[in-house]
Amino acid sequence: MTMIDSGTQATPAEIKQSVAELEDEAITIIREVAAECRNPVLLFSGGKDSAVLLHLAAKAFRPGSLPFPVMHVDTGHNFDEVIVYRDILVEQYGVKLIVASVQESIDSGRAVEETGPRPSRNRLQSVTLLDAIAEHKFDAAFGGGRRDEDKARAKERILSFRDHFGQWEPRAQRPEPWNMLNAKIRPGEHLRAFPLSNWTELDIWRYIGIENVALPSIYFSHRRTVVERNGMLLSVGGPVVLEAGEMPFEEIVRYRTVGDASCTGAVRSMASNVDEVLVEVAAARITERGATRADDNFSDSAMEDRKREGYF
Amino acid sequence: MVLRIATAGSVDDGKSTLIGRLLHDTKTVFEDQLSAVEKASTRYGDGSLNLALLTDGLRAEREQGITIDVAYRYFATPKRTFVVADTPGHAQYTRNMVTGASASDVAIVLVDARNGLTEQTRRHLFVASLLGVKLVILAVNKMDLVDFDEATYHRIVAEATAHADALPAPVVLNPLPISALLGDNVVDASTNMPWFKGLPLLDLLETIEVPGDHNVGARLAVQWVIRPYSTEHHDYRGFAGRLTGGSLAIGDLIRVLPGGQQSTVIGIDRGGVPQDTAQPGEAISIQLADDIDIGRGDVLVAAVASESPIVTDRIIADISWMVDKPLETGSRWIIKHQTRTAKAFVSAIELRHDVATATRSPAESLGLNDLGRVHLNVSVPLVIDNYDRHRPGGAAVLIDEATGMTCAALMIRDSE
Repeated sequence: MTMIDSGTQATPAEIKQSVAELEDEAITIIREVAAECRNPVLLFSGGKDSAVLLHLAAKAFRPGSLPFPVMHVDTGHNFDEVIVYRDILVEQYGVKLIVASVQESIDSGRAVEETGPRPSRNRLQSVTLLDAIAEHKFDAAFGGGRRDEDKARAKERILSFRDHFGQWEPRAQRPEPWNMLNAKIRPGEHLRAFPLSNWTELDIWRYIGIENVALPSIYFSHRRTVVERNGMLLSVGGPVVLEAGEMPFEEIVRYRTVGDASCTGAVRSMASNVDEVLVEVAAARITERGATRADDNFSDSAMEDRKREGYF
Repeated sequence: MVLRIATAGSVDDGKSTLIGRLLHDTKTVFEDQLSAVEKASTRYGDGSLNLALLTDGLRAEREQGITIDVAYRYFATPKRTFVVADTPGHAQYTRNMVTGASASDVAIVLVDARNGLTEQTRRHLFVASLLGVKLVILAVNKMDLVDFDEATYHRIVAEATAHADALPAPVVLNPLPISALLGDNVVDASTNMPWFKGLPLLDLLETIEVPGDHNVGARLAVQWVIRPYSTEHHDYRGFAGRLTGGSLAIGDLIRVLPGGQQSTVIGIDRGGVPQDTAQPGEAISIQLADDIDIGRGDVLVAAVASESPIVTDRIIADISWMVDKPLETGSRWIIKHQTRTAKAFVSAIELRHDVATATRSPAESLGLNDLGRVHLNVSVPLVIDNYDRHRPGGAAVLIDEATGMTCAALMIRDSE
């Protein structure tokens, strides 16, 4: 394929090499955590980062099979295309899927739906996630988090230690000289592992292009009925209910991230394939979370606060 | 190639401002990040755009105007891609600097032009030397506050050069005068300092040449054994790990250490795809001609290597102590070296490095931020290299069995 890539003047060979180095690093991390932990799980949201993560995990153990299950923390606020995609992928990779449901957490009283006109279930995922980790006795959870996503994430280690309450304490992180991973934990504690720590959004898309990683269709341009809220285009239907005075309209859009459908915005885009998305990403002037996540724009330390509560 | 940079400086030397300036002037900062910084500048400062807030992401950092923990930033120019480890200069300063420097090609050491070389600067230069970071950019910052005075700059550079010459391992100093706040010699050459003829910082970073690793011969510390047990791959056994030290090809003769058995490489897979050869850094799995008992922690080594590793249970290592609880002679820890985890007993503390004077003194114990040299007895034999010859074989960490905390970084120098 031709790589039209305006991010740097790097040649296709150089791009391939730099992405291959990131792959080597990620596979090394995945193997290390699998070896050191008793019962890890891979968190899979159906988003592009978790798609890349699953792809890497499968490669790490080939021709063997994935030695751990995959877990989807299901907010119930889904894009239909993502659930279809998730089920096809699970079938293809032959992995064991666990679904941890936020709806069940709400029904059982473990979590309380946010009140107000626009409840998002993003924060509630932490409750469901921690309950599932305890129930299945997972000692490590792989996530697709990247340090370039957010300023709190930029401070997080590859292996992020979580206490009995699932909390992240940025002041008490374990140093990781030479990226040497210390997976020692006590009962009740667990680890989050971020093999994509050093990847940027551009690296992710380059890798998707080079490796032909399958993605949900909503990552590419399509026609959708949306409503504009706080400068964000939200898909009408499902959790997004029209409010008084709001006018839905048709737009050619795509998604830069996949999250809770009630607070994940689409961007106007004509990019219909990976090459076109790469051009768009390289020219983007707004971060993917800034452009598409109402929850992260809520406050300056929204991500840090959620991570302290046990978020991904 | 990606250039990995560690930045170091004392509190208020302007590290975060410098990184913010690099990100801002290379147009790496996105609009929403910039508007968030503008908002925060009003809240935490005097309202003028505070570039340090681009990297100081935690609430406590913003409130106190300090950097708490190592942060990683990524930026690219048309010529090169960069990863910056921003290592804060207070409290756990040595631990942060060691962590940042451990994976870096270049260290940028900041000096406040008003203060000249401080103990912290000497410490940073010492850590760079101890960790094997050969290239150091000495950025004399805040030149605007000394009227861009040439003599001040040269005095600081002369002092730093004298200190660099006394370090345990040589480092190459690349000095330059800057103002991170105003942008002088960061991305664009300074018009305020026409007397400086060198490259501005970004040009230097784009063109600086990193010396390659020593070729000691192929090493592969086994992380995991791939056994599919499927009909198709019934007898498949792949020893998975990251290749270091040298390249490897099908047909190569290898030795298994510490066991000593020999065999021939008959297959190399990278991400499940067969290939004939592998290069250092690649995450691979290899198959051998013989059925040998090999597990996690064992190291496969090229039988014909330019340098052989040492198999020993007694090691001598430089150490960076990273926690409040002191290290004492006779104490026991968990050691993690490559993919081997074992128990370690501190048989002797040989010395403490006095970083300010680059001299050594005897020590009974080592405390937080101390650098020293220790002798360890390990419960199983390790396959070690001298850290300066082959980093992966010479690097290790100590872990506190009770708390699980990583307490020390070890640079192995020799066997006892």
